[in-house]
Amino acid sequence: MTALRWVLRLGRTGRGRLALAILLGALASGAAIGLAATSAWLISRASQHPPVLHLMVAIVAVRAFGLARGVLRYGERLTGHDASFRTLGDLRVATVARLEQVLPIRTDVEHTALGAGDLLSRSVHDIDSLQDLWVRVVLPYSSAALVGAGAVVLVGVLVPAAGVALAVSLLAAALLAPAVSARAGRLAEARLAPLRAEYRTAVLDLLDGATELAVYGAMPARLEELDRCDNAMTTAEARSAAASGYGAALATLAAGAAVWAGLWFGTDAVRTGALNAVSLAIVVLVPIAVHEVFAGLAPAAHQLPALATAAQRVRDIFQKPPSALEPVTPKLLPAAPFGLRVRDLHARWLLDGPDVLRGVDLEIRPGSQTLIVGPSGSGKSTLAAVLLRLLDPTGGTVELTGSDHATRIDQLAGDDVRRVIGWCAQDAYIFDSTIEANLRLARPEASADELTEALRRARLDSWIASLPGGLQTMVGEHGGHLSGGQRQRLALARTLLADRPIMIFDEPTEHLDEATAAELADDILHATGDATVIVVTHRPELFPTVTTTLRLEQGSLCRAATDDGSR
Amino acid sequence: MKPLDPRLLRYAKATRAHLAVVVVLGLCTAALVIVQAELLSRGIARVVDGGNRGALTSILTGLALVIAGRMVIAWFHDSSAQRSAARIKSQLRSQLVARAASLGPDATATRTEVATLTTRGVDALDGYFGQYLPQLVLAVIVPVAVMVRLLAADVTAVVIIVITLPLIPVFMILVGRATEASNAKRWEALARLSHHFLDVVSGLQTLKVFGRAKAQAESVRHTTDRYRVSTMATLRIAFLSSLVLELLATLSVALVAVSIGLRLVDGGLDLRTGLLVIILAPEAYLPLRQVGARYHAAADGIAAADRAFTILEAPLPANGAVTDVPDLRDGGAVSIVGVVVTHPGRPAPAPAATDLTATLGEIVVITGPSGAGKTTLLSVLLGARRPDSGMVTISGGGRHVPLSEIDLTAWRAQLAWVDQTPYLFDGTVAENVRLSRPDADDTAVRGALDQCGLASMDADAQVGATGRSLSAGERRRVAMARAVLRDAPLVLLDEPTAGLDADSEREVLQTVQALAARCIVIMVSHRPAAIAIAHQVVEIGTARTTAEEAVPA
Repeated sequence: MTALRWVLRLGRTGRGRLALAILLGALASGAAIGLAATSAWLISRASQHPPVLHLMVAIVAVRAFGLARGVLRYGERLTGHDASFRTLGDLRVATVARLEQVLPIRTDVEHTALGAGDLLSRSVHDIDSLQDLWVRVVLPYSSAALVGAGAVVLVGVLVPAAGVALAVSLLAAALLAPAVSARAGRLAEARLAPLRAEYRTAVLDLLDGATELAVYGAMPARLEELDRCDNAMTTAEARSAAASGYGAALATLAAGAAVWAGLWFGTDAVRTGALNAVSLAIVVLVPIAVHEVFAGLAPAAHQLPALATAAQRVRDIFQKPPSALEPVTPKLLPAAPFGLRVRDLHARWLLDGPDVLRGVDLEIRPGSQTLIVGPSGSGKSTLAAVLLRLLDPTGGTVELTGSDHATRIDQLAGDDVRRVIGWCAQDAYIFDSTIEANLRLARPEASADELTEALRRARLDSWIASLPGGLQTMVGEHGGHLSGGQRQRLALARTLLADRPIMIFDEPTEHLDEATAAELADDILHATGDATVIVVTHRPELFPTVTTTLRLEQGSLCRAATDDGSR
Repeated sequence: MKPLDPRLLRYAKATRAHLAVVVVLGLCTAALVIVQAELLSRGIARVVDGGNRGALTSILTGLALVIAGRMVIAWFHDSSAQRSAARIKSQLRSQLVARAASLGPDATATRTEVATLTTRGVDALDGYFGQYLPQLVLAVIVPVAVMVRLLAADVTAVVIIVITLPLIPVFMILVGRATEASNAKRWEALARLSHHFLDVVSGLQTLKVFGRAKAQAESVRHTTDRYRVSTMATLRIAFLSSLVLELLATLSVALVAVSIGLRLVDGGLDLRTGLLVIILAPEAYLPLRQVGARYHAAADGIAAADRAFTILEAPLPANGAVTDVPDLRDGGAVSIVGVVVTHPGRPAPAPAATDLTATLGEIVVITGPSGAGKTTLLSVLLGARRPDSGMVTISGGGRHVPLSEIDLTAWRAQLAWVDQTPYLFDGTVAENVRLSRPDADDTAVRGALDQCGLASMDADAQVGATGRSLSAGERRRVAMARAVLRDAPLVLLDEPTAGLDADSEREVLQTVQALAARCIVIMVSHRPAAIAIAHQVVEIGTARTTAEEAVPA
């Protein structure tokens, strides 16, 4: 619930329109109730055969209410949607702005820390779904509250006891019934969730091994086993069926009770003379109309738990501490040529986890080429993240050395550091756009010649020339239309175009076959020219000309044991 | 999907029973609505005409009973809907998984999509069965029942309802038609917008490294705003359908009320009838008005069902009829002539025009650059993929039968296969090995493991989900043991020694040589050691330009 309130505060620009939509919604529902009340009065009064002139006001009111509801509802829906789109924009902008600060998100696994793809795509989905919070929850509940209050006052003025009964019944329909439903839903979910997870795992297991199962003729037995898992799930669901109806039953009871109480107390009031008999129909029929409005709240309440979960997940991301804190007054960059000096570096992804890097010492001289090797999980990518100032170390220092002075990078602005140090990530992200757009993000102002040159150095020029769309060719989602080698080369071209004095390549040959990997490794070393190059890899044999090899093992660096000349 | 998709009745038989219950409940609801209106109008009329509460006792009691009845129906409705939905979903799930499993590697649905569809996707049908479908039924039953009752009370009101009520669906359809194209465009734009945002967020890390992330917030704002303006223009027209609905529903009730009021003044109608009409008239419109609102609860389920039917109706891979497979052990051979497989979204076929003949006792090694179609060629031999042209012929015992004419189950009984990244199921090592021959005893399993250099491995050790607790090399050797235990006349191996050290590689290749004595081995490999034991080396797809495609890793 606090997460939901937090989300509601995030959406600002749509707020005025949302208030207008609530008002229009209340007026639309009010028109429906007004129609019920005036037509009830009209008919009761008419039965006393008054002159028609005495009914004119009521007749006009009935017609006006009849016309107004549709028009008001139309206005409500348009305004509400407009508000929700504006709010969605707010949410998205806030998310991007916040993510820009906290990325890379600290997670427990090193290699997902830099991608964190699932976490991000889920939060994007969550944000999209939070749009419903305004149109489908806040809007109906707020306008129903206004209308409910109005109806209670109307009935209460005529027959106080009936007004009280109506108020109680509305509270039961709006709050208690959804709470009962939600409780039943939670209990059922608690019973089902583990079974569903088990089923899902079993389905994935079966589909992943489908060819094995088919080839070895074991599929029928597997499917039978899965059916047993399914049966457990179906039985559990059927068992919680009884409870799932309590909420709806309660809401129906509340609506009926309000009508019944209207007739009961209203009759009494007529007998004692407190109520004009002509108004009795109002006291009885208005509750029917209000409860019809409140019946629309059930789906709204039904969405609330899912929305609360989504809001909580988004908030979790917002509450993550930035992986690297920006200095209050950043120092100026030293002058080129740049080098790096690392002393006793400790770093970790999880704040309360163990250090991944434990005492790394490293000296990168301007213009040098360095390999950092080590088994997976040894902290290679973590080291890259620290050098790029994407992750603050827990101990030790990283200094950017220049011709004039050296500065600790945590005293520099992150963007400044990344203007000096470039990074070609292990699985560099390729946007679902054109080749040119993917290149240009490295340097938007680059000239056509510079693009061509970067592509030539990455050896993509002849391939691009062969494409009918040339640079405007769409690369597909995550660069899906490209081969693994082409994706890596596109990322290489992008890094070359950015033209940073120091370039870090993180596992550039991963997922490539031998021949492609060897070619690419060779091209990286040649294409980078005079730049300072650091290659993080577990395949040092692909880079035979690099003479400085550092081995990362369990978080600390040692100079490679092999003598440099032998490779 | 139509309001009630006939495919739902076909694939989930439990839908029929559910529908019957829903109709019965709808009839009961309609009856109680009418009785309630009857009691209320009678009660109010009696009081207005000067009766006291004593005269109302029977009416108040009756009303209480009606309310209790509606409450029970509401409860029974929801709980029976959940029970039915559970059965229907179970029926859909089993068929879905069975179908997806037999669709083969060309299937359009990914494994995670199917897994999600069988859990969350199918679960979204709860809203469809619990809310939308019953509401549709009510929207038919209640107006008819109400009008039948009103016919006996006031014909004018019935005429007004009969004229206006059908106008609602008519106008909704008309407006729906008119906005169909722009609606589709709107959904497309919305999907594109969501995708764009996801793309930006996913790549934000990369943008940050290039110092371009801060500029993204404004770009996202700009894109969302542009979408909002164009969408609002569409919505102004799209929402007209609900405007028509609300307008007709309320305006006609107002017309009924005024007409009754005027006739009451004339004395042409009594108060009880007038009240009955004015209470019942809105009830005729209510279910129809709520269909739209309930649709939202059902939309996800309908979309999921649609996707499920696409998978259920996808054609199964072609299968031959010959179950009497030529005996490969009797001087058998597998010959491949001009086999070509094209892949959607890839310009060049892989493999392209491949020829190969492997005879009993032979080890054939297939080499070639990545993306040339080596793995695809194996899947053609597995029968998991049909070549676009060319032919595979199986010979033995003097017979020659095209693979396309052979029944896959019978054919696969002749095969053993080790994938590049073999899949191990959650369970013990022995269970995984025994997959290829469920009746094999412990000694045979142990022997197969020993032969594959796993003499020191505990057969009862758990391999963990997807074989996680074993190393890549161990996983591959467990899969080799599977193939050894199978004792099949044709053994297909995809890079069996990739990622193994020299000693392990030698061990595995010795096993391959031992196997080859009594079968045909077709092996994809680049390794010099593997090529060294080959009787025949076939290099495919040497055109480097077409080979830039990634291998399925």
